[in-house]
Amino acid sequence: MSTTLERTTAGTTASPPPERSGTALRRSADWARRAPLLPALVFLIVVTQLPFVVTLVISFMNWNAYYPDEVRFTGFDNYARVLTDVNMRNAIWVTILLTVVVVLVSLLLGLVAALLLDRQFRGRGIVRTMMITPFLVVPVAAALLWKHALFNPEYGLLNGTLTAIWRLFGSDDAPQPDWISTAPLVSVEVALIWQWTPFMMLILLAGLQSRPLDVIEAARIDGASSWQIFRYMTFPHLRQYLELGGLLGAIYIVQNFDAVFTITSGGLGTANLPYTIYQTFYQAHDYGRASAAGVVVVIGTIIIATLALRTVSSLFREENAR
Amino acid sequence: MSASTDVAPVAATRTPDGAPRKPRREWGNPLLAVAAWLMGIVFVLPVVWMVLTSFHSEEAAATNPPSLAAPLTLDGYREFFGVGTGLSPWPALLNSLTASVLSTVIVLLLAIPAAYALSIRPVRKWTDVLFFFLSTRMLPAVAGLLPIYLFAQYTGLLDNIWLLIVLYTSMNLPIAVWMMRSFLAEVPGEILEAAAMDGAGLLKTLRTVVGPIILPGVAATSLICFIFSWNELLMARVLTGTVAGTSPVYLTGFVTSQGLFLAQVCAAAFVVSLPVIIAGFAAQDKLVQGLSLGAVK
Repeated sequence: MSTTLERTTAGTTASPPPERSGTALRRSADWARRAPLLPALVFLIVVTQLPFVVTLVISFMNWNAYYPDEVRFTGFDNYARVLTDVNMRNAIWVTILLTVVVVLVSLLLGLVAALLLDRQFRGRGIVRTMMITPFLVVPVAAALLWKHALFNPEYGLLNGTLTAIWRLFGSDDAPQPDWISTAPLVSVEVALIWQWTPFMMLILLAGLQSRPLDVIEAARIDGASSWQIFRYMTFPHLRQYLELGGLLGAIYIVQNFDAVFTITSGGLGTANLPYTIYQTFYQAHDYGRASAAGVVVVIGTIIIATLALRTVSSLFREENAR
Repeated sequence: MSASTDVAPVAATRTPDGAPRKPRREWGNPLLAVAAWLMGIVFVLPVVWMVLTSFHSEEAAATNPPSLAAPLTLDGYREFFGVGTGLSPWPALLNSLTASVLSTVIVLLLAIPAAYALSIRPVRKWTDVLFFFLSTRMLPAVAGLLPIYLFAQYTGLLDNIWLLIVLYTSMNLPIAVWMMRSFLAEVPGEILEAAAMDGAGLLKTLRTVVGPIILPGVAATSLICFIFSWNELLMARVLTGTVAGTSPVYLTGFVTSQGLFLAQVCAAAFVVSLPVIIAGFAAQDKLVQGLSLGAVK
């Protein structure tokens, strides 16, 4: 009963106040506080951190399931092979390109959508719902949809629309490009941008709606133009939301497997790192090299994640200071 | 537009709980509303096309230019559910349902106590713990997959749905802890103190006071965990086979073209996406909070 009374203020307070009644008592009180946390913490460490440690160990081993007699430690050999192998180097490059293009374009489109939706107009709720829908299609299903129903050169919607438009002007030789073969990486990017723009839009819309409107209203009364308000007030406020959307999007898209696997099956120079790692261990059974490539992805992710965590923590502090 | 007396300046006030009101800004340009509608239509069009095609016959689906007004039929769905071939997607759909629902239940059982220890009765350095949770979500799944695969092979857990349930739990736990923490932090301290004064024990307080307040948060968290689990492909693809394969794995059977099968593909894509679309619309208001790992409200 008295336990709830010890509770410090609003629940968002930092560490509890030190109790003066002896270390032993304090220690047991600490453990009582920690107890509800432990199952989740232990579970996560065992299921997510432990496997990664094993990956790290395997990355220093020569281990191919087809040659079980040759398993041994080889130091940095796998890393040297990962960084010199043409396929792996391409995969690193494709991963960077895919991530940067998808994140930047969907961030830009998401910003446009968020600004358009931040106004009152007839049917705003419907448009918002329409914009969110692409994100709610299962990723594999979305990739299948783009591959078969939209990009298909013979009966896809894109070429079908071209035919219809050309017919409208009395011409029968509409261009019928084979989208996926001509521009494989761009095809994957387009499908991903379509799915990720709503994600960016939602985060940016939340950012727009958390602006201090009284200050903006004051600026408007003082005669600031819409562009000035956007440039000097909205944009600086939105910056951390742009960062957050970009960084979280990057973390998800670096890991993308579904679109590459479905649309091109990693062919035509679109194999990114997750797909290549999947192939290296699932089909080639080269465990050592796959692990080294996995560690490379993690190092790349840690760089993005550190920045992301910093943004989250600054937003988090503001949220709690309110 | 300016003629309407919609009292714009008043909108600058805040609601009693400190949240800013929805902005009512008048850029005064109806073209921008048209642009918004156009953008929405462009983005929703592929989905509309998917649904429409799924109700067309295979012949009508494969015309160029597209036949919009073709007669509607359920043939694509009959084909997908294996009426002719006997190849049924039901085991895959049920596997997805089992993995998503059970992992979500376990996530809640682990996340709610953890969130309690990070908000209502916070441990020392609770922010560090919170950020540790988040950092585990950022570790790419592919980096830990090989040891898990080898472990499953060694213990005979390959193609076992429980392995996926455990992995999906770990995948969603950080998000759930973050979301639940922010919902629990909103429970006013006075209520808890009042309950303690009235002699309510910890469990009773949780059940009768905290429970009702955080229930909407629990619902939103569950829906988001459900979506992430339902969508997952990589782990399911590597760790399951014919027995425990989930719906995304089943969909990969459509990756290579098989003659006239567009209506069937669209039916398959729509059926598998339907639970996510429903869950997503139900959680629409909290969607952004889940996607941003609780950083944005």
